[in-house]
Amino acid sequence: MRFNRRQFLVGAGAAAATVPSLSTLLRSKSAAAAIGDTLTIAYHVSPPSWDPTVGPSSVNPGLQSIYKSVFDQYIEQEPNLAFSPGVLTGWGWNDDKTKVWMDVREGITWHDGKPLTPADVVWNLDRVANKDTGNVVQAVWASAGNLKVEGNRITGDVVQYVPDYFKWMAFLTAYLLPPHYYKEVGAAGFEKAPIGSGPYKVEQFEANGFLRLKRNESYWGGKPAFETVVFKFVADPSSRVAEIESGSSDLTLEIPFEEFDRLKDKEGLAGVCHPVSDVAMIFFNDVAPLEDPNVRKAMVLSVDREAIVQRLLRGYGVPLYTLEAPEYAAFDAGINVPHDPEQAIALLAKSGYSKDKPVKLTIQTTRGFRPKDYEMIQAVVGMWRKVGIEAEIEVYEIAKHFELRAQDKLAAAAFYVWGNASGDPNNSTGFAMWGPSPHSVWDTDDLDGKLAQVMWGEKDDTKRMAGWKDALRYIADNDYVLPLLQYYQPVIYKAELNFTPYVANFVLPHKTSKKA
Amino acid sequence: MIGRQVALRLLLAFPTLFGVALIVFILLRVVPGDPIAMMAGVTATPEEIERLRGLYGLDRPLLEQFWAYLGQLVQGDFGVSITRRLPVTELIFERLPATIELSLFAMALAVGLGIALAVAATYWRGRAAERMTDGFSAFGLAVPDFLWGLIFILILGVLIPVLPISGRVDPSLSFSSATGLYLIESFFRGQFDVFVSTLSRIVLPALSLALPLAAIIARVLKSSLAEVMQQDYILLARVKGFGRFRIVMRDALRNALVPTVALTAVQFTFLVGGTVLVERIFSFPGLGNMAIEAVVNRDLPLIQGVVITFALIFIALNMLIDLTYGLLNPRLRHG
Repeated sequence: MRFNRRQFLVGAGAAAATVPSLSTLLRSKSAAAAIGDTLTIAYHVSPPSWDPTVGPSSVNPGLQSIYKSVFDQYIEQEPNLAFSPGVLTGWGWNDDKTKVWMDVREGITWHDGKPLTPADVVWNLDRVANKDTGNVVQAVWASAGNLKVEGNRITGDVVQYVPDYFKWMAFLTAYLLPPHYYKEVGAAGFEKAPIGSGPYKVEQFEANGFLRLKRNESYWGGKPAFETVVFKFVADPSSRVAEIESGSSDLTLEIPFEEFDRLKDKEGLAGVCHPVSDVAMIFFNDVAPLEDPNVRKAMVLSVDREAIVQRLLRGYGVPLYTLEAPEYAAFDAGINVPHDPEQAIALLAKSGYSKDKPVKLTIQTTRGFRPKDYEMIQAVVGMWRKVGIEAEIEVYEIAKHFELRAQDKLAAAAFYVWGNASGDPNNSTGFAMWGPSPHSVWDTDDLDGKLAQVMWGEKDDTKRMAGWKDALRYIADNDYVLPLLQYYQPVIYKAELNFTPYVANFVLPHKTSKKA
Repeated sequence: MIGRQVALRLLLAFPTLFGVALIVFILLRVVPGDPIAMMAGVTATPEEIERLRGLYGLDRPLLEQFWAYLGQLVQGDFGVSITRRLPVTELIFERLPATIELSLFAMALAVGLGIALAVAATYWRGRAAERMTDGFSAFGLAVPDFLWGLIFILILGVLIPVLPISGRVDPSLSFSSATGLYLIESFFRGQFDVFVSTLSRIVLPALSLALPLAAIIARVLKSSLAEVMQQDYILLARVKGFGRFRIVMRDALRNALVPTVALTAVQFTFLVGGTVLVERIFSFPGLGNMAIEAVVNRDLPLIQGVVITFALIFIALNMLIDLTYGLLNPRLRHG
C-alpha cells in the first residue's frame, strides 16, 4: 500500500477533524467543565489513615489540609499563623500556671447530627494523653490532666507546664473525633467511614485515587462555597502540572518553581507562591572537624544564601540566619550573618586549613525529597570548596536520615527541612537543638542548659520569648547549626478562584471560593 | 499428567514463597529506614520511641518477629499496616483487582496490536507496512513503559486533551463495586457511565504498558510467520489457489503462534511488574501505587504483604505458562 500526496492530505484532514470530536466525546466531565459547584484539587499525598490523632499520618504536614477539611481542631489558625477560636472559644491558664481552662463553643454538631459537647472534648484530650493510644506527642497532652466539665467550661490541672500546650491545640494531632461514633464502630470502622465536625463530610474515598467531600451545611464556621470538593491524589509532580494544564483539576500545589513561573502567566490560570513554615537547614554534628569553632564559623560565613534563593529557587525563598521564620513568635531580624568568604578563609587558616590543605567532611542530603535539596547542597559544597572546605556529598533516603538522627549518628553535616506551623520556638529551634531530644543533632551541655531554661523554665511568655531571642543569638554566634532559608509553596489555580495562602501550608477548600 | 504437573508446581511454590518471605523480611530489616523514628513526634523521648516500637511489635528479637510473621502468613494473615491501620490482606484485596484489570487490559492491547502488526508485515512483506512494523518494534522496545506514560500524558492529556490522565473512575460518579473489577462489573451491571469513565481512564496506562510488549510480540511473531510461510504446506495452499490473507490468517498464524504465546506469557510477568511505575504516573489506585507508598512510609507489614502477593502472582503466572505451553506444544505434552 502506497500513499500519494492527495491521500495523505485527505487522511491528515480527517484525523484533524476527528481529534476535537474525540476530545468532546471522551473527556471526563470534570476535565471539560468550568468550575461549578465542585472544586477539584490535584493533591500530592493521599491520607493513609483517617485517624488524624495517632500514627505516622498524624504528623505528616501534607495531610493536614485534608484532615482540617473533615475534622475540627480545638483552636484555629489564621493565614499568618495567628491563633483564633475554633471549637474552643477561649482558653488559658490561671495566674500561677497550675490550672488550665477552656470554653467550648455551643451549637457545633458532628456530621451525624449529634451535638459536640464539652464532654466530647475531654474524651478526646484524655484519649491522646493516654500512652496506650499511640499519639506521637502524648507528653504534650499529658501535661494537663484531671479535666472536668462545668457547663461549657473545661478545667484541669497542669501536670507539667508546657508553654505551648494551647499552640499544640492548633497543630499536629489536635483534631476532634466523635466519641459516640468511634466507640460504636471501633478504629477499623472509623477508617472505613470517618466522620468529624469539620466543614466537609467524607462521601467517598479511594486511597491513592480520590476523595470526594460534601459540604457540611451546618458547619459552625459558615457554609463553605463549594458543595463538593474532590481531592485527586496525583503523586507525580509532572502529572499534577498536566492535571491543571489540561483543565482536569482546578487547583494544584507542590510543583517545580519553573513550572509555576510558566503556568501562572498562562491564560485562565493564576498562581501564588507564598512563604510557608518549612525551614531548610544544615544540621551540624558535634564531631570532628566541627568541634573546631573556626571550621563551623567558616562553614556558615562562606554560604551565600541570597545566591541560593535567587539562582536555585528563582527568588522563591527567604534567607534565614536562625531556625525561626519571620512569621514565628521568636523571629529576630537583628540576627544576621554576613556572607564573608574572606573571613572564612582567615578563620580556617587559624586552624591550619587552606585551599591546598582543606578541611574534609561529609554532608548528607536527600535528593528530590524537597525542592532543590540536592542542588542546594551542591551549591553549598561549591561555596565551601572556594574557602578550603572539601565536603563529600552522601545521598540517602529520608527514612535513613530519621534513623541516623534518632541514633545521633548523622555525618558532620546533614541537610533537612524543619516544619513548624505552631510558630513556637520550642517546636523548631527547641527540639532541633536541645540535646536530649531524639530529633536534635548538636549535643553540648552549654546549649542544652540554656535551652532547657527557655523551653520550660519561664512561665511568663514575654520573658520566654526574650530568653529565646538570646538563645537564638547564642546559637548563631557559636554556629551550632546552619540555617539556610524559608521555603515557598507554589500554588496554581484557575483564575476564577479566590485562594487563601496559609503560612502553615494549608490548602483549605472551605477558604476557597469563586470570584464574584 | 497435567494434574501431576500442577501438584508438583504447587509443592515447589511453598519453598519459593518461604524464600521470598525470608529475603523480604531480612532486607527490610537491613535496609536503612526506621518507621518509628519517622513517626516520632518532636517531644518524643527515647522511652516513648521504645513504647511505639513495642506497639507495632518491632521491639521483639528478629527471629521471634520472623516466626510470628511466618505463623501469620500460613494463616493468610499479613499483619496490620502501620500507616493504614487496617489488615494488610484487606488492603491488598482492595487494590489487587485494579492491577489485575489494568494488566489484563494492557495484555489484550499488546496481543491485539502485536498480532495485527506482525500479520500486516507478513501480508504486505517488503512494503511500507513491514518497514513500519520493524520501526515500531525497534522504537517500542527502546522506550520504557513509564516514558510512554509521560509521553501520553503530554500529548493526549495536555496538548490534545482527549483522555483523562489520572485515577480509575470519574470522582463525580458513585460506584460501589463488589469485585473491584470496575470495568467488567460496571458493564455487566449496565452502569455505562461508570464503564465509559473507567475505560477512558484505563486506556493510557494500559497502552503505556502494552507498547513495549506489543513490540516484542510483533517482532517474534513476524519472524515466526516468515519461517512458517516457507513451509511446504503453505506452498501447497498457494498452489491450490488460496488467497494470501487466508493463508496467513488460517494456515500460517496458528503454527506461528506457539513460540509467541510462550514468550507473551513470560513477558506478562514483566508487564505486571511495570504497573508499579505506570500506576504511580497515572495515579491509578492499584497494588503498585500502594507498594511505592508503603516503601516511602517504611510500612513494613504492607511492603511484605505486597511483595509476597507479587511473588504469588508470578508463581501462578509461571505455572500457567508452563501448563499452557505444554498444551499448545504436542512434543512437550507427549515427551
